[in-house]
Amino acid sequence: MWHCFQRGLAGSSGERYNTAMALASSLDPYVDRASPVHALDARVKLALTLALVLALALVPAGRWLALATIAALLWWAILRSAVGPGLILRRAFIAAPFALAAMTLAFTRPGAPVVTLSPGPLTITITDAGLVAFVAVILKTWLSVQAALLLMATSRFTEVLGALRSLGLPSMLVAMLGFAYRYLFVLVDEAERLLRARESRAAALPGRRTGGTIAWRAEVLGGMVGTLFLRAYERSERIHAAMLSRGYTGEWRSLPARPLTSGEQGLLITGAALLAAIVWLAHWR
Amino acid sequence: MLVQALGQAMLLGMHIPDGFLSAPVALLWWVLTIAALAVAVQRLRGFDERRVPLMGVMAAFIFAAQMLNFPVLGGTSGHLLGGALAALLPGPWAGMLVMACVIALQALLFQDGGLLALGANVFNMGVATTLAGYGVGMPLIRAAGGRPWGLIVAGFVAAWLSVMLAAFLTSLQLVLSGLSAAVVFPAMLFVHAFIGVGEGLITVAALALVATTRPDLVPALAGSLDARALGRAMSRGAMLTVTFIGLAIAVGLALLSPLASADPDGLERVAEDHGFIERALDPAYNLLPDYTIPGLNGPLSTVLSGVIGLLIVFALAYGIMLLIRGRQESGQETTR
Repeated sequence: MWHCFQRGLAGSSGERYNTAMALASSLDPYVDRASPVHALDARVKLALTLALVLALALVPAGRWLALATIAALLWWAILRSAVGPGLILRRAFIAAPFALAAMTLAFTRPGAPVVTLSPGPLTITITDAGLVAFVAVILKTWLSVQAALLLMATSRFTEVLGALRSLGLPSMLVAMLGFAYRYLFVLVDEAERLLRARESRAAALPGRRTGGTIAWRAEVLGGMVGTLFLRAYERSERIHAAMLSRGYTGEWRSLPARPLTSGEQGLLITGAALLAAIVWLAHWR
Repeated sequence: MLVQALGQAMLLGMHIPDGFLSAPVALLWWVLTIAALAVAVQRLRGFDERRVPLMGVMAAFIFAAQMLNFPVLGGTSGHLLGGALAALLPGPWAGMLVMACVIALQALLFQDGGLLALGANVFNMGVATTLAGYGVGMPLIRAAGGRPWGLIVAGFVAAWLSVMLAAFLTSLQLVLSGLSAAVVFPAMLFVHAFIGVGEGLITVAALALVATTRPDLVPALAGSLDARALGRAMSRGAMLTVTFIGLAIAVGLALLSPLASADPDGLERVAEDHGFIERALDPAYNLLPDYTIPGLNGPLSTVLSGVIGLLIVFALAYGIMLLIRGRQESGQETTR
């Protein structure tokens, strides 16, 4: 399904989501593995992931020991998770393009100059404070993505939804997320068919400019978006009718969430306390 | 060079990863997002709860629609963000929840945007885009009294503005978190002025198709449009009007941007950042020699550079449009 249109489509976004979807489908095998991290309740994992990401944001730039301690905690969990550490470390580079924006920190923060580059008429001075801020942002981003990857590679999506419900997300939003996840892949297939249809009707020689003005191309794409909307809408009408015929009344019923065991509560409290201590030490020591 | 690299990065999307936002900024926008979503859920409760399957599938639709793209210039591509479309098709509150779901799924499933930054991302691309899209789009559609140009102008302006607003908010959050205002604002607004044009064109065409084929589906458009006239979408005059309205709004936004960021939020960071922004202006403007405004510093300089940047963008866009049209016309003559 992926290889069909990887070649023809010029453009970052389409290819990006192709790879993103391929990545997501290839995270699925890891969800079924057995490890202490997999066995842990998704509510605990979600809460600890959020706490870890928050702790990373709270560590001031330049406190490398604090960052290293948080990284050690995270990597300890990754090593126990039966999900290859290489996989998570590699895939965590997904936010790398955005890191370019952080590069500007290196020469806009005031501080002692480290290197002065002068490409052409420009003069760029990299400062020590700027460099520290830049490296800190990159490391924080990298570690945060790893934490999110670990959560999603060791929990089923439905478990994460249940955890979000327990955290107080309105049931309407939880239900919408569940539906969106269920039909995401169906509609992406639909979009792929639209793209393939356009591709097969738009011959182009390699290296040659394809026809039409930008406005015309946008109009074609707008037509495709409108068509996709109509197909999605009509599909949702069929789904709704099928649900009504099975007794759907607009209410969402689920089994009540079981209370956390004392072991899980202990892990949650210990983890949160450790992270809080690291942040506290980073600020005041 | 730097602006180009930045542009490439920003072109990939406005999804802020974790690590970029300082904790107070991220948490502030979590509060704003939760408040907005609570209002939306309240508005739809009971009345629309039966429609949950529809809204869920609509979220999947927006996600899939963002995959669709078309080649623009130099290997870049135009694609949809969908905020204005989501606001005008299923309605503003449903659209807000739909967009929130899309952005949450991107963060959870694809790590596209951070978890701590999710509040800011949902606010920028979900809450602000749908509110602006509906708030600007609906009055324009009503003012046009059902004439087709109303849909064209409204769709374009709403979509362009929603993209610019999202880019502005993203920049604001990054600047409040310590990135340089002199780099982030011009780069983000510059790139998204283009992306917004693509968004506007796609939104208009999609709205026109839906309004022509199934006008009954869309409450905002129902019964107010002549299907035949919509077939001839996007005449030259309408496009020109749209361009000038867009330009006026853009200049307004550029004027507002630094003032808004100068607005004290009670965050002590802001004061600290302003200290460094003023000091950082010199080296940063060296990078953008075109934006150098001698003898000025502080917010005024940023305002002027923003306005100048936008004027350059529009001049560029207009010139490219003329070039393409010229090439097309000469091509037509030779083939005749």
